[in-house]
Amino acid sequence: MERTEAELIAAVLKGDAASFEPLVQKFSPRVFATARRYARRESEVEDIAQEVWLKAFSKLASFRGDAPFEHWLMRMTVRTCYDFLRGHQRNRESSFSELSEPETDWLERFVADPGSAAEDADAAKLLVARVLEKLSPPARLVITLLEIEDRSVKEIAELTGWSVALVKVRAFRARGEMRKILAKMAKDKYL
Amino acid sequence: MNLAELQTKLIAAARADVPGDQVPYAFEKRVTALIADRVAPDNLSLWVHGLWRAAVSCVAVTLLFGAWAVLNPTTSSTTGDLSQNFESTLLASVDQSDQAQ
Repeated sequence: MERTEAELIAAVLKGDAASFEPLVQKFSPRVFATARRYARRESEVEDIAQEVWLKAFSKLASFRGDAPFEHWLMRMTVRTCYDFLRGHQRNRESSFSELSEPETDWLERFVADPGSAAEDADAAKLLVARVLEKLSPPARLVITLLEIEDRSVKEIAELTGWSVALVKVRAFRARGEMRKILAKMAKDKYL
Repeated sequence: MNLAELQTKLIAAARADVPGDQVPYAFEKRVTALIADRVAPDNLSLWVHGLWRAAVSCVAVTLLFGAWAVLNPTTSSTTGDLSQNFESTLLASVDQSDQAQ
C-alpha cells in the first residue's frame, strides 16, 4: 500500500532517509518546471532542483503540516530560483544588436504591422527570454509570477516571503524596468 | 514602435512558452544518495574535525597562559637566589632547636 505524504515525512523525521525518495519522485516535475522559468541551461536547472531538495530535507522539521507539502516545497523552490537569479546576473549587460535573424524578422514584422507578429512564434519566445534575462532579479521574479504565471499579489507574497505592499511596489518597478529595456532594444535596433 | 503593445505581445509569448516538467533519469536516486552522504559522515572526517578542535583549543590555552606569564611577572616575596632559600628551609628545624636551647 502506498504511504501518504504525512507518513513519509514522519518517517524521514524519525531518521528513515530512504522515505524521502518517493517525495522527490512525486514532486520533482513541478520543481523542474518552475526552475526552467528562471534558468536556461539544463545543468543550471538540475543544480536548482538538487539545491531545492537538499534544502527541503535539511529543513523538513520546520514543515508544520498545516498546509500541503507541495505549497511549502514551492515556496522553497521560488526562493531558491531567486537566489539563483541573484547569483547569475552575467547576461544583463549584453546588447540587443546581437539579435538573431528570426528575432530581427519578428521585430520588423511587429513594427510594420503589430497584428501580424505571432505570439507563439519561436522568435518571439527567444526575444522575450532575452528581455527577461536583462531584468534585475526581483523584477524578473515578479514579472514571471504576476504576468506570465498569472498569480495574485497575495500568492506572490506567500511564495517570496515579501509583504503584499512590497510585491506591489516591485511589480510597478518591474513593469517600468521592462519598458526601459524594450525602449533600449528599439533604440539599439532602429537608431 | 508601440512599446506597450510590444510588451503585451512578449508577455503573451512567454505565457505560450510553457516549460517542460521532465525530470532527468534517476534524479531521485541521486538526491537520496547525496542526502545519505550528509546523514552519515565518515569516521575519518569526524576524527579530523575532533582533532582540529582540540588543536585549536590547546593553542588558545597556550597563548593565553603565555600572555599572562609575560604581562604579569611573579612578584615573589622571597628574594635572593634559590640556593639560599633552599638552605634556610633545610636548616629551619636546626635553627629552631638552637633558639629553644
